[in-house]
Amino acid sequence: MTNDYTKAISKDSDANAPAVPRRSRLRESWQLLKQNRLAVVGLVIFVLFFCTAFIGLVLTTGTNPIFDPAMVRLQEKLRPPLSRPNLEALRPEEVPGAGVYLLGTDDLGRDLFARMLQGAWVSLTVGFVAVGISVLVGILVGGIAGYFGQNHTSIDTLIMRFVDIMLCFPSFFLILTVVALLPASMYNIMIVIGLTSWMGSARFVRAEFLSLREQDFVTAARALGVNDWRIIFRHMIPNAIAPVLVSATIGIATAILTEAGLSFLGFGVPPPHATWGNILSDGRRFIFDAPWLTFAPGFAILIVVLSFNLFGEGLRDILNPKLRERY
Amino acid sequence: MLSFIGRSIIQKTVTLFFVSVVSFLIIHLAPGEPSQVDPLNPKFTPEIVERFRKEFHLDKPMYVQYVYFYRDLFTGKTVSWKDNQSVLAKIWERFLNSLPLFIVGTVITWTLSFPVGIRAAVGRSGLYDRSTTFLSYLLISIPGFFFAYMLIIVVVTRFHVPVIGMETFGLGDAPWLHLIMDRVWHLLLPSVLGATGGIAILSRYVRSQMLEVEGQDYVRTARAKGVPEEQVHYKHALRNALLPFVTMFGLILPGLIGGSVIIESIFSWPGMGRMAYEAILARDYPIILTVNFISAVLVLAGTFISDLLYLVVDPRIRL
Repeated sequence: MTNDYTKAISKDSDANAPAVPRRSRLRESWQLLKQNRLAVVGLVIFVLFFCTAFIGLVLTTGTNPIFDPAMVRLQEKLRPPLSRPNLEALRPEEVPGAGVYLLGTDDLGRDLFARMLQGAWVSLTVGFVAVGISVLVGILVGGIAGYFGQNHTSIDTLIMRFVDIMLCFPSFFLILTVVALLPASMYNIMIVIGLTSWMGSARFVRAEFLSLREQDFVTAARALGVNDWRIIFRHMIPNAIAPVLVSATIGIATAILTEAGLSFLGFGVPPPHATWGNILSDGRRFIFDAPWLTFAPGFAILIVVLSFNLFGEGLRDILNPKLRERY
Repeated sequence: MLSFIGRSIIQKTVTLFFVSVVSFLIIHLAPGEPSQVDPLNPKFTPEIVERFRKEFHLDKPMYVQYVYFYRDLFTGKTVSWKDNQSVLAKIWERFLNSLPLFIVGTVITWTLSFPVGIRAAVGRSGLYDRSTTFLSYLLISIPGFFFAYMLIIVVVTRFHVPVIGMETFGLGDAPWLHLIMDRVWHLLLPSVLGATGGIAILSRYVRSQMLEVEGQDYVRTARAKGVPEEQVHYKHALRNALLPFVTMFGLILPGLIGGSVIIESIFSWPGMGRMAYEAILARDYPIILTVNFISAVLVLAGTFISDLLYLVVDPRIRL
């Protein structure tokens, strides 16, 4: 009885003690993420894709790579997946790294597996650099509009009008126009995709800044004499980054799809770089003779984009406390 | 209300002016000139190039070119640099080709998304909800042309119907039923493909909107006073959930001129998207700029209409 009583007391005192969150923010997020099975699957594929891309970069570059994506073997063209190379017809340095053509060969006898590995890295870079550019521009533009708009309404109006103007362009058409007019290069594509997709994150950041700039910690920082840029980057952006992160994750998926679409129209990353997009668009000519040339990159893009989308949506649910109950 | 309309028309006109300036700059500041597209063509002697430049004012300063271009556009005299035909007539012809795709695609999107989204919301976290959620992510993530090829293979090998192009060539005097079915088959695949992304996004949106309303107090009240479940869903919740979608009618307007480049190239559909793509390849600036201008007008008109509809539909909002 007394035992129960003391227990009750101690429970009571626990309740009166200052409320310290028992779990850290990160652990809480992880707990929430674990409930969303699709998002966890997304995250796992996301990580696997990263590892594949890095390993692929290591295995396919250098002077004498283990998997050579550019090795042409005309006598071995359009071999189906898992077929053994014809050792008599090949010089020793032409034999594929794994001893078999894991995913078959294409119309020039290049090892599809090696090309897919190289393409993973290129797709990853295109996605990340493009989204990196768009997020940077978005944060900067949105931050300036949201922060300085308080005292200078004209800055805010001017920037948001410019965002409206940019939103009037049909995005894929604009990207296509610019990519077609510029000389073909991988970097141009990344920059163009980045510079035509920052409007969303700019709007998110501005909206967050409008409410953040009225809060006490910003006033306190200003009272301490912290300069504007430090307030923006050190105090406000960390608090406004959540929706941007979500849209960036989904943006990477969109960028990979956009690159594939451009490749399909012949404006993608130029050869000799293999990307999943240009393997797919080259492979469609052999869709009946060599379906693996279409299906391997097609499903690879599908799975990676799907994982980015699922993880992004999961992230949105975690970071948005209003949606928590609902899912 | 009137002041809102006036203000937003002025604002949108200003935006449109800047859009025209920016698109003009993007096109003209990019390296390369239309006269250099085909340097190996023996007909492109320096004199011809000079005449070409003069004919299309390419030798004038940029702002003069800008004024000339938009003067021609508004008087309807713009001609394509490639074949000297009127740009507006060309666009109109292609627009009529794209229109059936747009209409069928939109109808499919809107008729499928609502039942799917509503059912997912009503049976939330059930099997149906989870599988449609996954399916819609799948549809968003699949590269359009990959999906198109898979569908083409299925339709061509299973049903043995030709699907490429707008109609089968040389059907001449086949019975009219056959002709109509031929057109329908050709129309079906590209419109379904055009609609997939829309269905996936719209049905998710319907679902979340419906869930939002289902959590409201008046829905709980309706349930508490014993209204049958069916009526709660379809009379109390659905009506309020539909509110934002009325405004979305304005936002489909830009799709009129969009026309997917990729889908139209796969199906050899002579629509707007293809024309714009060919114009980009040929550096046919008047067509690119005109398409861009019209689409900007449609985007702005679309947001304007959706704002107006919101005002009309939702009495809580009076700007």
